[in-house]
This record gives sequence, C-alpha cells and structure tokens, in this order.
Amino acid sequence: MKKPNRKLCPAAAGSTYTDKVIQHFQTPHNYGKMENPDGIGKVGNIICGDVMWLYIKVGKNSSKKEIVSDIKFETFGCVAAIATSSAITDMAKGKTLEAAQKIDKAGLVKELGGLPPIKLHCSVLAADALAEAIYDYYQKQKRAIPKELETKHIRISAEKKIIEEKYKDWVDIEEKIQSKRAG
Amino acid sequence: MVKKTIKKTKPVVRRVYLDYAAATPVDPKVAKKITGDLPGIFANSMSFHSFGQAARAVLEESRQILAQMIGAQSREIFFTASATESNNLALKGVASANKHKGNHIIISGIEHACVMESAKWLESRGFVVTRLKVDNFGLVDPLDVANAINPSTILVSVMHANNEIGTIEPIEEIGRICHEKNVLFHSDAAQTFGKIPVSVQKLNVDLLTASSQKIYGPKGAAFLYVREGVKIDPIIHGGGQESGLRSGTSNVPAIYGFAQAALEARRLMASESKRLKTMRDRLQAGIMKTIEGSHLNGHPQKRLPNILSVWFEFVEGESMIIQLDLRGIAASTGSACSSAKLTPSHVLMATGVRPQEAHGSLRLSLGRYTKESDIDYVLKALPAIIQRLREISPFKKSEETKS
Ligand code: FES
Repeated sequence: MKKPNRKLCPAAAGSTYTDKVIQHFQTPHNYGKMENPDGIGKVGNIICGDVMWLYIKVGKNSSKKEIVSDIKFETFGCVAAIATSSAITDMAKGKTLEAAQKIDKAGLVKELGGLPPIKLHCSVLAADALAEAIYDYYQKQKRAIPKELETKHIRISAEKKIIEEKYKDWVDIEEKIQSKRAG
Repeated sequence: MVKKTIKKTKPVVRRVYLDYAAATPVDPKVAKKITGDLPGIFANSMSFHSFGQAARAVLEESRQILAQMIGAQSREIFFTASATESNNLALKGVASANKHKGNHIIISGIEHACVMESAKWLESRGFVVTRLKVDNFGLVDPLDVANAINPSTILVSVMHANNEIGTIEPIEEIGRICHEKNVLFHSDAAQTFGKIPVSVQKLNVDLLTASSQKIYGPKGAAFLYVREGVKIDPIIHGGGQESGLRSGTSNVPAIYGFAQAALEARRLMASESKRLKTMRDRLQAGIMKTIEGSHLNGHPQKRLPNILSVWFEFVEGESMIIQLDLRGIAASTGSACSSAKLTPSHVLMATGVRPQEAHGSLRLSLGRYTKESDIDYVLKALPAIIQRLREISPFKKSEETKS
C-alpha cells in the first residue's frame, strides 16, 4: 500500500489522518438532505455518540438491475465519520443494490488509505447506514429481505435506540421537518 | 511523484496558537539563559566537587525564587518532573503518611486526570474517596466541603482553576474550612501559578502544585509545595534528593528555566492578565454574536483571563479542531471523539453539559504571544467552519423550525 503523503496538508500534518481522509473531510461529496428518498438509513454510534443519516434513490441500470442511482448523507461526527460517509457515497453510487450491500468497513478503510485504530468504529457507522438505507428500501417495497441484511438490521436497531434516546430533542426537530416536507 | 504532490500543497497563510492551557512555548529569553548556562550546571547537584556544587547553587537559588513567589520558605518547595507527578505525590504521599489517622479523601469532580486517577488508585487500596459536585459554572461549594468532611478525612484536594473551563475555585474559603476541621488541603495550581497571584498563606493551602511548562518555562520541571510539618511519604525512592521526598538526579537546567520563567511571569502578570482578558472577552463576544447556538462554559466572571470554553449546537469537536488546524489555528475540545477513551470531558459533564453538547465544545486559550489580529483571524474563520459542519450534520435548526 502506498504510504500516505502527509506533505499535502501541512496544517494537519500532526493529525493521524491520511491525506485522503482529510480531502474527503474538507470537501465531502454528496452531503445534505434528499427530497423523497427511496430508502433512509439512520444509524448512531454507541461508542462515542455520533449520528449518520444516509439517503438513497434506486434506479435501474442498462441490464435492468436495481442500482443506487443517487445517494446523500448527513453526519454529526468526527473527521473519520465525515470522511467515511463521503467515501461510501462515492463507492455506492451506480452500484447494484446487491454489490452496495457488500461495502464494508474493510473496503472503506482501504479506500481511505487507512484510519487510526481508535477511529475504525466510525467506518462501521457508514457501512451500517448504507445497509439500513437498502433495508428501508426493500421494506417499503414490501420485498423479501436478504438474511444478512436482516441480521444487521436487528443489531443496528438496538444500537440506534440507545442513541436516539440520547439525542431525543434534536432528532424530534429533524423528524418534524421531514414530515412537514413529506406532507 | 513528490513534485506533483508538493504542487498541490496549499500553504497555510497564518498560524495562530490558541492552546496555551495545554502547553506554552518556552520564552526565548528563558531558552537562551538555559542553553547559555548549561555548560556550567550539567553536573549532579548531589556531587561534592565544584561542578556539582555549581549546579546545586543554581538549584537552591531557583528554589528560593519560586518559594518567594508563593510566599513560602525554600525548604517547603520540592521539585518534581511534572504537575502530574506533583499531584500524584500530594495525594498518594499524604494518604500513605496519614493512613493511621483516617482513610477518607475528598476531591472535586472536575480535577485534572492525574488527581482523578490517583484518587481512583487510592480507592483500590482501601481509601474512601468523595468526589464533590460542582454547579453549572464549575464552582465547588465550600459548604459541600464542610459537609463532606468526617472524622476519618485526611485530605481535601481542589484545583485552583480548572484547565478546561477556567473557573477559579473558592480556594481561600475551602482552605479555611479544612483548617478549622484539621484536615490537610492541597490545591493544583498548574493553571494559575504565574498567571494570577498565588499565595499559600492567603489561599490557606498545605500543599500546592505548580508547573513550568504552563508559564513559558521548559517541560520537565514542576514543584509541590508542602507546608512545614505536613506528613508526607515519597512515592519515588532512591538517592534521597529533595530531602528524601523525591529521589532522582535533579533536572537543574529545567528547574533553572522554571525559576527564570516565573520571574518573567511575575513581572508581566498584571499587564498580561489585563491584556489577555480584553482579547478573550472580545473573542467571546464576537463568537456569541456571530454564531447562533453557541453557549459559554465555565463561570462568566470567576474565570482565568486567558481561557474561553464554548459549545456549539449540532457540530462535533474533533471535526472543528481539524478544520481550524487546516486554517492554521490550534485549539482543543472536550468531545468524546477526540479523547483516547472516546468519552466526553468529565469536566463539562460535571457542569451539567450533556454528552451531545460536550461533543461541540471548543477551548481557546490565549497567551503571551497572542495578538489582536489573531483574534480577528479566528473570528473570521470560525463562523464559516461551524456553518459548514452544520450543513453536513443531520441536526440543524433550519428555517422551517424557527417559525
Ligand atoms: S464518530 Fe466519534 S470518533 Fe468518529
């Protein structure tokens, strides 16, 4: 693996992040809310208390397979959390739903040229958010949910409950906005 | 390859250091003195030859300077390598030497980690520790100290000023209560010594910690003041330096630098604290005015003149710190994400700040080399950073909720 060149960011030279992480962090791709998404993944990080919301739109590719046609994220978290959010939107965009589900922590970390060990849990958050968004889509479409996705969902829901309790007032405000928009 | 990446490099236009509460740069005059005099003071101050005696003379002169500054006697000053060591010595040393009297120790809930952890360690050895609550400003109520003291209490330790929020504790009064009840009182003055007046008589303390690296001296030097007659055991054993309380060859060059830095700090104390307070207050007012959803941590008045701690809604601190760093500004945060244990600052928690609020905390600490233009620079950079992070955050007060 190429060694990260820290010369790129002299100011953050002392930070433990690779240039790739800092680039995604400084100019994140695909952030913000999405109007009428086909699936939403809302996850929380029970370790430090960060929150990530991921929205997807589902389309079809030339061979009529369902793909992630558009994707956006909103993250309240550290540099690693924001960078992995941005990176996962890049990686998932255009992929078939099947392939997108397979994006995991290891792939994300590789894409970013590595993460400090203490920040590995932040990349789990991004992978979970995407899985949840796809789960949400399947559920809304009343489709059979792949076993793997179901097991993941059970774990994530348990963690999310803890987090949403913590951020109750903030989450409520956002939920109000969203229902207003939908209504 | 290398050429290509260098081309992309965006040079940092400006560097603004606002983390003086974490560490101060060594005053160039002090650094020059240390390096200039180093050849003459390298020897072991315990050696009887003239080389050793030269080092010893500087050591004792430094002790005298520092003792005078806090209104103590030279023999009451014991050099250590850090404030952490001084605080460990104060708690463990006093506990060990006074355990026949009792096993109860009282600390505040917002002490530095070295006090918190020393107390925890003592707890594991059979001591009982009371952690005092603080109010929303981070103040300890002296009445709580009085109520917490029982017949088995041997030591109370409350810091002079808190390193994260700058709140200055009512040490004088707590000390008076301790003395009335015949309990030893220690205060960690690492953040105050050299910045605001510190007198052991006025503060009614029996033990006091001070550090060189917070007052533009070198790292590796600190002291513990121990009032004459106070029983305390060493925690480092060996050749019997520092009257047997702290063995290990004395770090004479660093101690010399500590004393010289203290002299300079005393000379500048009045003018600096006024200058820093003016700048800090301007920074605070500017932030509060330009950034919606910003809140002050710590006591608005009873606070060190150089510390500003705030928290911003809906943003995370580490992200803030790195954004600032990318613009050349050095600051710190109490966010869980930035801590090695991934837990939010215990100080902010103790003042009633919730974990998600501590997430967005930012500490800016000013110092001797801070200029008015640095404040302008931060006031220009910060609002944009917060706005940007809020755009990325799922939580934001959007126009729709304001109505
Ligand atoms: S999300 Fe908190 S440490 Fe990264």
